[in-house]
Amino acid sequence: MLISCPYCGPRDLSEFSYQGDASRMRPDAASTDIKAWHDYVYNRPNPAGPHREYWQHTAGCRAHLIVTRDTLTHEIHEVTFARAALRAVGGRP
Amino acid sequence: MAERLSPLGAAFRPGMHGGPGAGPGVRLSEVTPPSIMEATAWPGRKGALAEAISAVTGLSLSARPNAGAVSAEASAFSIAPERFLVCGGAELPARLAAAITIETGTVVDLSHGRTALRIAGPRAEWVLSKLFAVDVAPAAFPVAEARATSHHEIFAQIQRTGPDQFDIFVFRSFARAFWTMLCDAAEEVGYEAAG
Ligand SMILES: [Zn+2]
Repeated sequence: MLISCPYCGPRDLSEFSYQGDASRMRPDAASTDIKAWHDYVYNRPNPAGPHREYWQHTAGCRAHLIVTRDTLTHEIHEVTFARAALRAVGGRP
Repeated sequence: MAERLSPLGAAFRPGMHGGPGAGPGVRLSEVTPPSIMEATAWPGRKGALAEAISAVTGLSLSARPNAGAVSAEASAFSIAPERFLVCGGAELPARLAAAITIETGTVVDLSHGRTALRIAGPRAEWVLSKLFAVDVAPAAFPVAEARATSHHEIFAQIQRTGPDQFDIFVFRSFARAFWTMLCDAAEEVGYEAAG
């Protein structure tokens, strides 16, 4: 599997580390909404198809990325810098 | 400051080794410069950082991904979206720290943490191709540009410093293992280890 890092270009999977599901949004740190925290920590949709994920190019430029990967085919649909994507939603992972 | 010793130790065996016998395919040497620094820009400030490094080193550095520049006294290359590795004389860390303002970014002195190994010669591309999954052909990897990659778990930052010459920066504690592997990889084309 190749991932096209927006900085380095296409690189082998072995240069990247998976960092988790990027489809969820952490509740506000001051929130005491038990359901919202439970959903954030435990509930995963586990889709068969495109999935938004955090990856880090650990053995390259070390940038944190958001990769949209098809869980059935491993096709990579999109790779962006995580920082830019987080800025768009107010900076919360 | 503490005196630096080469990490290669007994693994550095000067002279000619291996090959079919018609002269060395590559020359291998340690070229760790007196100072090595990582300079990092705040988001959106890479252009200003490139200008500050250029002003201090006399290099002509751009903010483009993988860009680099080389002169007789200094070299610098981009290793990440907002980062450069900068090499030069013993006085460079102090001068660079003074030139990079807090609005632009930060600089960390890695002189004792990195080792630079040089592979040069007509078979340099061939030997590197065996070790790294990056395209080292001149069209894909021009002179002065850089790549951040790894050989298995050994992280490597590579700058092409000449048409058939590459400088590979590795963590100092991995330098002897990496040097030994570089020698093994160069055995088939023949190599000269030189100081
Ligand atoms: Zn990268």
